[in-house]
Amino acid sequence: MPGIVEIDDLHKTYDGGLEALKGITLDIEEGEILALLGPNGAGKTTLISTICGITRPTSGRISVGGYDVQSEWRAARKLIGLVPQEINLEPFEFVQSTLRYSRGLFGKPRNDALVDDVLKDLALYDRRGSRTSELSGGMRRRVLIAKALAHEPRVLFLDEPTAGVDVELRRDMWMLAERLRQDGVTIILTTHYIEEAEAIADRVGVINSGELLLVEDKSALMQRLGRKEVRIKLAQPVETVPDSLAEYDLVRSKDGRSLTYVYKTTGERTGITRLLTAVQAAGLTLADIQTRQSSLEEIFVRLVREDAA
Amino acid sequence: MNWYGIAAIWRFEMGRFFRSIFQSIVSPVVSTALYFVVFGAAIGSRMPEIEGVSYGAFIVPGLIMLTVLQQSIQNAGFGIFFPKFMGTIYEVLSAPVSSLEIVIGYVGAAATKSMLIGLIILVTSLFFVDLGIAYPAFMLAFLVLTAVSFSLLGFILGIWARNFEQLNLVPLLVVTPLVFLGGSFYSVSMLPPFWQNVSLLNPVLYLVSGFRWSFFGTADVPVVASLVAIFVFAGLCLGIVWWMFRTGYRLKS
Repeated sequence: MPGIVEIDDLHKTYDGGLEALKGITLDIEEGEILALLGPNGAGKTTLISTICGITRPTSGRISVGGYDVQSEWRAARKLIGLVPQEINLEPFEFVQSTLRYSRGLFGKPRNDALVDDVLKDLALYDRRGSRTSELSGGMRRRVLIAKALAHEPRVLFLDEPTAGVDVELRRDMWMLAERLRQDGVTIILTTHYIEEAEAIADRVGVINSGELLLVEDKSALMQRLGRKEVRIKLAQPVETVPDSLAEYDLVRSKDGRSLTYVYKTTGERTGITRLLTAVQAAGLTLADIQTRQSSLEEIFVRLVREDAA
Repeated sequence: MNWYGIAAIWRFEMGRFFRSIFQSIVSPVVSTALYFVVFGAAIGSRMPEIEGVSYGAFIVPGLIMLTVLQQSIQNAGFGIFFPKFMGTIYEVLSAPVSSLEIVIGYVGAAATKSMLIGLIILVTSLFFVDLGIAYPAFMLAFLVLTAVSFSLLGFILGIWARNFEQLNLVPLLVVTPLVFLGGSFYSVSMLPPFWQNVSLLNPVLYLVSGFRWSFFGTADVPVVASLVAIFVFAGLCLGIVWWMFRTGYRLKS
């Protein structure tokens, strides 16, 4: 099945010479939530802007719903909802009328019932008669999302939707994303927050310096690159790691009270059983054992570092 | 054509106008009344008739043109500059509306506003002077053409301007002098021959002259010249707007 968004060898070089996108190829499947992770200036916003028609590609092709965003821009854009990173709203507009405006702009006839539903869904209905300048930051961000949803898009781009948003609101946002996904909306979000990708994404893409380092199923990614640690607490501290344990590359803590063993979750054998037997054979007494899985964040940092090296 | 899109922009812009209804309508009425008191009554009573028209009536078309030009530029310029300034322009740029539809929406709204104000001034002036309109259809045509073409100019300035200062600079330094020197308050024939010839280089002269002709049947330059001038001007503005959208000038990177 063709993807709802297909990007083929997309390049973007700005007039100043900055090469923001260096050959991005990416297929986004209908109904998925894709998180694009990357540091500041990685090209995330440029990628979204180019798909949405705000930035012109230097070369390459993009299609949305099978429509080329350049030659069939009208049909392609009708399918897209965009929530920008900056909270940009006309201060003197009323919440409800700004949604009607967005809907009309995207070529849809007036539908007050639908606009009201969107407002209710985003807990803005009570403030529908307020000016956008009278709302709190979190509410203004929700208005931006409501505007993007007012024309019933099939693909929703959320550019850093939870930047500077408190924890509660962030959870609300995640729940909203899940609800939208259930309605069949494809969601592409960019984020700094790895926990966000971890919490809601089906797939994760990592962008750095205009290149897509990888796109993978979130759980597969965590498994492939995920590392686990076993931390063995000792009843008695040790001065050095016994020679008989050399093959495990154990790391001794400063106080000598614990040893850490790192292993990959993908290996057929983790070697833990052997290790524990060997530890006992070396005459050490176990006080406690802890295991810990590396987070997406660590994976991400490692990827970006490797890319830079 | 995305008619809903055009209507959305038009309505949005008109909403801005009606939100500040007091400023939008009362201020032109007040300033017109002041012009009539000062120029029409105080000075005009000591002036002879110009080409058979009392001075008070003579300045009405010029006064309307003056306001329509300024309002068209101001409304259209602000209309497109403000979303650029606030960052809300992203929505228009990512929407399924073509450049032509964007222009129709913004320029149409700006022209509508300035024509409304022009008509308000006309009505206001009827309280002060006796005024007949010789060719009402031409009067309306001149009003529409002027409002549209100067809204186009305002739209260009709004895209070009990087800050509020630049946005106000051109209207202040270029348009206002051209309007005042374009025969709004006098007949060009009252000037010395040299300045008459210089005035012929002023595009606003052709607008005011044509517009005045539609009221009184007399003009400084032939009506055909006025019509040609206004079409050339509108065509020039359209060309620039077309180029701006084609290249994404100061709108898209």
